[in-house]
Amino acid sequence: MNVLPYLVAAWLLIIGLWGIITSRNLVHLVVCVSVVQSSTYLLLLAIGYRSHATAPVFADIPLGRSVVDPVVQALCLTDVVVGATVTALLLAFVLQVHKRTGSLDPEQLARMDD
Amino acid sequence: MTTRVRQLVFFLGALGLAALVVSAFVRLPHFGSGFSIDGAQLGALSVPQRHITDVVTAINFDYRGVDTMGEEFIFFAAVAAVGLVLRPQPDEVVRAEVDAASGRWVPPTSDAVRVLGLALVGPTILFGLYIVAHGHLTPGGGFQGGVVLATGVLLVYLAGEYEHLHGLYPEQAIKVGESVGAAGYVAIGLVGLIWGTAFLDNIGPLGTIGRLNSAGLVPLIDVAVGVEVAAGFVLLLTAFLRQAIVLRVREGEQ
Amino acid sequence: MSLLSALAMILVGAGGLAVVTTREPTRQALVAGLFGILLGILFFILQAPDVALSEVVVGAVALPLMLLLTLAKVRGGSR
Repeated sequence: MNVLPYLVAAWLLIIGLWGIITSRNLVHLVVCVSVVQSSTYLLLLAIGYRSHATAPVFADIPLGRSVVDPVVQALCLTDVVVGATVTALLLAFVLQVHKRTGSLDPEQLARMDD
Repeated sequence: MTTRVRQLVFFLGALGLAALVVSAFVRLPHFGSGFSIDGAQLGALSVPQRHITDVVTAINFDYRGVDTMGEEFIFFAAVAAVGLVLRPQPDEVVRAEVDAASGRWVPPTSDAVRVLGLALVGPTILFGLYIVAHGHLTPGGGFQGGVVLATGVLLVYLAGEYEHLHGLYPEQAIKVGESVGAAGYVAIGLVGLIWGTAFLDNIGPLGTIGRLNSAGLVPLIDVAVGVEVAAGFVLLLTAFLRQAIVLRVREGEQ
Repeated sequence: MSLLSALAMILVGAGGLAVVTTREPTRQALVAGLFGILLGILFFILQAPDVALSEVVVGAVALPLMLLLTLAKVRGGSR
């Protein structure tokens, strides 16, 4: 039970990769990439968690109270926004691929060679 | 390589990866032990040293400000790349009609959605400004507040008023705003260099804990990042909206 | 490790499975929005309000919007 968050992070990673490999639609593939990204957020936050500690914001709690690790939260915070922007870039590529070739199937695109 | 063979190779690879990953994870200190010392120290130092009550913002913009500058420029580059990839091609004309997915009758936007969407634009923008401004006091900051600000534009689209927005959309101002936000971060960092200490050193007046004008230069960096992220997301959304609604291939050349 | 956080993590795992196994992209956009909200709730339970705010705004608002706009363009097509 104490390793549950790490196992869920590993599960999200494996299943996201499985979704990417067996995908038949490029938009579905891009969403699976974002699932793999979310596994890293879960892993980082689970590493920083401390039992019976509170959020690292001292606006309304007394100083000296134990808080969870704020460094991994700082990493995850910018990661979430930048990850969404990179997903938007992938979607823009998918749009252009559809305009050029008319198909969104990775299998068919691999065979259109010239 | 056929599909079946590819899936088989993936299964074997995934088994190996899962075995390695699980055997590594069970050796980690168990969940909840909080074994990092940096975190505890920064939590204790942030308020007395920098007068910032939100430790995450202190780490993002003060203790580790250079890394956040790098991430902000990743965002900037990705938005520029989307604008490049989705630019109007020479064989596409601007069609000022509302999109309808072919072969499907689109019902007109209901009045409830339109009224609620437009009525919520003001509170959304106010909320976004609040999150940007109070980043060093409560959870929030430039990144989150910027995205909330950009959803104000999204609400206008959801309320069905996009064709009116498209005519009077200040595109040049938003592009300039994004660049000013990104350059503003570097400029605030250079203030530290000019003063004689380090790049991105927090040299402003630290003020009283808990007030808006505390924490030195961090609120200014928050505003710069908020402007950049908001403008960047608005550019992203309008690039996609323009593709879906406005651009059409010239008739006869497909 | 409380029951609430264990339940939230199991829900996130199930949500990830649901997102990957929903093959139809239009339906997957909505399931991805729900997955974003579940992740936001989990981050909140793990005492990370900043990250939860980011994840809810991005994963439940911006990402489904971009997905649905891409799908509208792809289906409505270059007609």
